[in-house]
Amino acid sequence: MMRTNYNVEGGDFTKAGNVASCVKKTLKQLNVNAKIIKRVVIALYEAEVNIVAHAYQGHVTIDIDDQYITMLLKDKGPGIEDIDLAMTQGFSTASAKVREMGFGAGMGLPNIKKNVDELTLESEINIGITLCLKVKLTE
Amino acid sequence: MTIKEIIEVTGAQLICGESNIDNIIEFAFSSDLMSDVLTQDSDQVLLITGLSNLQTIRTAEMADINYILIVRGKAISNDMIRLAEENHISLLQSDLSMFHISGLLYAQDLKPIF
Ligand SMILES: Nc1ncnc2c1ncn2[C@@H]1O[C@H](COP(=O)(O)OP(=O)(O)OP(=O)(O)O)[C@@H](O)[C@H]1O
Ligand SMILES: [Mg+2]
Repeated sequence: MMRTNYNVEGGDFTKAGNVASCVKKTLKQLNVNAKIIKRVVIALYEAEVNIVAHAYQGHVTIDIDDQYITMLLKDKGPGIEDIDLAMTQGFSTASAKVREMGFGAGMGLPNIKKNVDELTLESEINIGITLCLKVKLTE
Repeated sequence: MTIKEIIEVTGAQLICGESNIDNIIEFAFSSDLMSDVLTQDSDQVLLITGLSNLQTIRTAEMADINYILIVRGKAISNDMIRLAEENHISLLQSDLSMFHISGLLYAQDLKPIF
């Protein structure tokens, strides 16, 4: 088992994607199937961008064992009032600044869900959200 | 179509990624929405976009997209070029609009992904 920790700064779009990029390199080194790598990094990247776009600060823990990758993203932020609504394609509260960066279509969470094997999302209003994503690395 | 042919047809300028110039591309996708780009799952695709920032390149990296054409002459930063080179991504730039570029390439051999 391999564990890596990362911090993500809210609002800092220049670094958005650094975590997903590191994880992509690691999975390539581990010779994981390219299609599975793509599913993992797309989900992780969308979740990472969500911290940058919607929260103040986040912490990401990546666990890799010989079967699964588990991605735990915990942020300090406004939280999500209605999780079902947030998971609906097209729903977005993104600011104008976020939209300028090419995000805010309300497609991230549905696409995360599509790409992972397991997803749990817990939210506390004005505290933050905890998103746990799991993908099986072997076919 | 090869990158070389795309350059000939559109008059676009190659900014980086010269080693890909003879690679064959079958599909293209035009979008300014990065989350939209991240929902498509073909690899050998040209991304035509008016969004020119670091997230454009990051998104291509995550989606395994190796070819990007930035339209409407939007400025391309050195950070974008550095990240594109690091990921073996070819960056093209054109003064034409997204509609114009898409039309020119659609009339050639490039197919939509859906
Ligand atoms: N980490 C988070 N903290 C607070 N709210 C969040 C967080 N992640 C998502 N949300 C809320 O859920 C909504 C939907 O998220 P989703 O990722 O699907 O779309 P988006 O981020 O708005 O746009 P896109 O992902 O298409 O660029 C967001 O607009 C926001 O209101
Ligand atoms: Mg999002």
